[in-house]
Amino acid sequence: MEHRIGVFVCHCGSNIAGVVDVKRVAEQLADYPGVAYSTDYLYMCSDPGQNMVKDAIKKHSLTGVVVSACSPTLHEATFRRAGAASDLNQYRVEMANIREHCSWVHRGDKEKATEKAIKIIKTMIEKVKQNEALEPISVPMTHRALVVGGGIAGIQAALDIANAGHDVVLVEKSPSVGGHMAQLSETFPTLDCSQCILTPKMVEVSQHPRIRLLTYCEIDDVSGYVGNFKVRIRKKAAYVNRDVCNGCGLCVEKCPRTVASEFEEGLATRKAIYTPFAQAVPNKPVLDRDNCTYFESGKCGICQKICPVNAVDYEQKDEFIEEEVGAIVVATGFDLYPVVNIGEYGGGSIEDVVTSLQFERLLSASGPTGGEVRRPSDGKIPKEVVFLTCVGSRDPENHVSYCSKVCCMYLTKHAMLYKHNVHDGQAYVFYMDVRTGGKGYEEFYQRATEEDDVLYLRGKVSKLFEEDGKVMVWGVDTLTGRKVEIAADLVVLGLAMVPNSTAVELSKKLKIQVSEWGFYSEAHPKLRPVESLAPGFYLAGAAQGPKDIPDAVAQASASASKVCALFSEKEYHREPIVAWIDEDECSGCKVCISVCPYDAIEFDSEKGISRIQEAICEGCGACIAACPSATIQQRNLTDSQLYKMVSAALED
Amino acid sequence: MKIPYYPGCTLHERALDFDKASRECANVLGVELEELPVWTCCGAVFPLTTDSVMEILAAVRNLAYASRMGDKVVTLCSFCYNVLKRTNKVMREDGERREKVNLFLRADTETRDKIESFLKEDYVGQVDVLHYIEMLRDVVGFDKMAKHVKTRLEGLRVAPYYGCMLLRPHGEMKFDEHPEQPTIFEDFLTALGCDVVDFPMKTECCGGFQIVRDEETAIACSQTVVASAVKRDADLIITTCPLCLYNLDRKQKEMEKRVSGFRKIPVIYFTQLLGIALGIDDEHLDFSDNYVDPRPALAEKNLV
Repeated sequence: MEHRIGVFVCHCGSNIAGVVDVKRVAEQLADYPGVAYSTDYLYMCSDPGQNMVKDAIKKHSLTGVVVSACSPTLHEATFRRAGAASDLNQYRVEMANIREHCSWVHRGDKEKATEKAIKIIKTMIEKVKQNEALEPISVPMTHRALVVGGGIAGIQAALDIANAGHDVVLVEKSPSVGGHMAQLSETFPTLDCSQCILTPKMVEVSQHPRIRLLTYCEIDDVSGYVGNFKVRIRKKAAYVNRDVCNGCGLCVEKCPRTVASEFEEGLATRKAIYTPFAQAVPNKPVLDRDNCTYFESGKCGICQKICPVNAVDYEQKDEFIEEEVGAIVVATGFDLYPVVNIGEYGGGSIEDVVTSLQFERLLSASGPTGGEVRRPSDGKIPKEVVFLTCVGSRDPENHVSYCSKVCCMYLTKHAMLYKHNVHDGQAYVFYMDVRTGGKGYEEFYQRATEEDDVLYLRGKVSKLFEEDGKVMVWGVDTLTGRKVEIAADLVVLGLAMVPNSTAVELSKKLKIQVSEWGFYSEAHPKLRPVESLAPGFYLAGAAQGPKDIPDAVAQASASASKVCALFSEKEYHREPIVAWIDEDECSGCKVCISVCPYDAIEFDSEKGISRIQEAICEGCGACIAACPSATIQQRNLTDSQLYKMVSAALED
Repeated sequence: MKIPYYPGCTLHERALDFDKASRECANVLGVELEELPVWTCCGAVFPLTTDSVMEILAAVRNLAYASRMGDKVVTLCSFCYNVLKRTNKVMREDGERREKVNLFLRADTETRDKIESFLKEDYVGQVDVLHYIEMLRDVVGFDKMAKHVKTRLEGLRVAPYYGCMLLRPHGEMKFDEHPEQPTIFEDFLTALGCDVVDFPMKTECCGGFQIVRDEETAIACSQTVVASAVKRDADLIITTCPLCLYNLDRKQKEMEKRVSGFRKIPVIYFTQLLGIALGIDDEHLDFSDNYVDPRPALAEKNLV
């Protein structure tokens, strides 16, 4: 085939042209073998620039295009579209990066930069000459989504996807959906009741015809790839047949064993057979085997005897549910940083030093004190309450380095609600900075200081200890430079948000990346904030980083819309730049299978050869390097192409 | 079992009672503290300069001597422990300073003559710096120590005082898993049968060297510590630092003058208490230097 390559040299304003002599580059390359047309232009990515490419393809019957401009991550897609518009196969359009790889790094030597630009372009011309005309790979897709985590983010994502007409499987590890939001009293900055806005959504998610809600279930295994995941879900033994149970609550009432309630953050008790809270969805109990007298000694058995529908089943075992889904939304939420690590604040040993979630329960109308703020030690109404921000946060030397983002706001809310509750009480907030970025947030903070007389002290607290029935607070007010000592009745710790304890283990099952602190990594911090780098996985809520409710909900809806966009096509399309095996040459040694990080290579035992599954292959090249007989090649990056490219680069 | 022992200046001069009790206890527990034949002052304060090595040279010499005798060196004074441990960390981890220090050591002919030929090898942090209490826990074992106890200290309410230098900075000292709520002395006391008094000031500063420069501030610090233990009905306080003992014990004389209704409390070294439990005779347990005599408190529980 006669090569007729078009070379388009972009000035990128002065980004490239300020360093590289673009005119000379275009002129010189016009004479390069196989080049039919060469030109330069101020902004190739602009409409007129793209039209130049489109027109030249037709006018000069080009067989390939090299756009010499910026990085392909920026504009490869742009110029591929332009090529396709003129009926040139999009995989015959390549970018030669003479900006990041040349002009930006060689400002000091224009002559050499120009020579380098020419070489870069020559290598891409050589590549394009051998580029095959390819078509995107099409993969069949299951139009059903899995959402992991039934907090507000998971609920929102599930509802949005289901309302768009797709089936959803929502998996929650605890007995009820609702997550931490169900524990909250009122929410900033509008002070609407958390339960009031959440419970309708919890009910909706359980009754939606397109949502299969699986509570008390965990992800056991995930295999497959985008569009075609196979998920194994462990349905934990509840020892209650929840399909039969009518939720009458008799078993809970009669159960003689009490243990600390997780939902009440240890401030109240629950029974061994329990529903976590009154508004739980589904409102059916589970039996906590580790704290059950029957499982300890074989005695008791009251719940089974009393159940009017015979739903209690001590023989129940974990079951496994298999589901096929096309996309997975991960919304596993957060935990609080362990208070036991904060020795200077008592490490959890001082009764009247409570965590922020415990204080939410003390404020909540459905909480252990019925919404009256009473301290845990003696039930008295506290008159001096101290709130501490940044407990564990922003402390890279000892705890976590990041800002937990929501603590300034919820502690302000705490102080305000406390003042609404105890009018003659005094609330103090020790802070490092008050961060109130968000709509209506700063005004909320101002209201706390002006209308509710919350006293903000800028400084860290060095020590908390018990003395004469009080919690002594040793702090500093750095604005006056004075040591502050407060004999408080109650202290509330604004503990850092950390990823849910199961997050890292789950990330290994899903094979998605986590960042330094165990939060799931997004594909791009600005431009792809709700996608994981692994295709088909989407992130929502505090599992990706500390977030308040509005942000978590927004991200959940964004994830849902990404899932819907994926599902908008019948099949999933992906880049065809993948490895392929020459069947005649393959000896079946299976080395490629052992090195593939994506499990994309299967062995055809009938023919005795390895075979690449194009739908899974990411084109990383590991198998190509490992293949002892050089039988595996990357499409449009073959050994022959690489050889020609290197030769062009080394030519004098 | 022999373990190299670095007493340091204070135990050699002023805190002889601490030195004596500690050696005797070790003997009973089957450990011979083998004093380094040659040693100098550790430097007393760990220098924070990172562009100079002169300040850590003395400490490194002591560590280098110890490395000729064994793979550990035991010390008692909190300051010595702090300086030796942190210096050792520099020698293990800071290649540039390690190289410079070793150049000085090599040039030091007088030292070389004294300690034969150790300078053939560089000192690279070979020895582990152990505090005596760590030796009790990790080498002897608290359970084994408890088996040697002749008089269990039942009913004696003891407040363990850690002070600063054992614990800080946490990242370098790694003295206890929970630096803000350490428990090693509590475990030690429990093994002796004491009632442990957990008091919130156990890791607060005693005033330290400020006692020389700004007595009022230092006494305010030490009084906070003493009062906190007294308030929780402790019979006595134990410590491991001669300077802490000075501030907490001797300065009670000043506290009496300043605070009306001040209640005194004896402060002794932890190895003195151990000595009582191990049944070491009075000759080796000298309380004559204490301002607040611990003997009445001990006598009350029939321990002396």
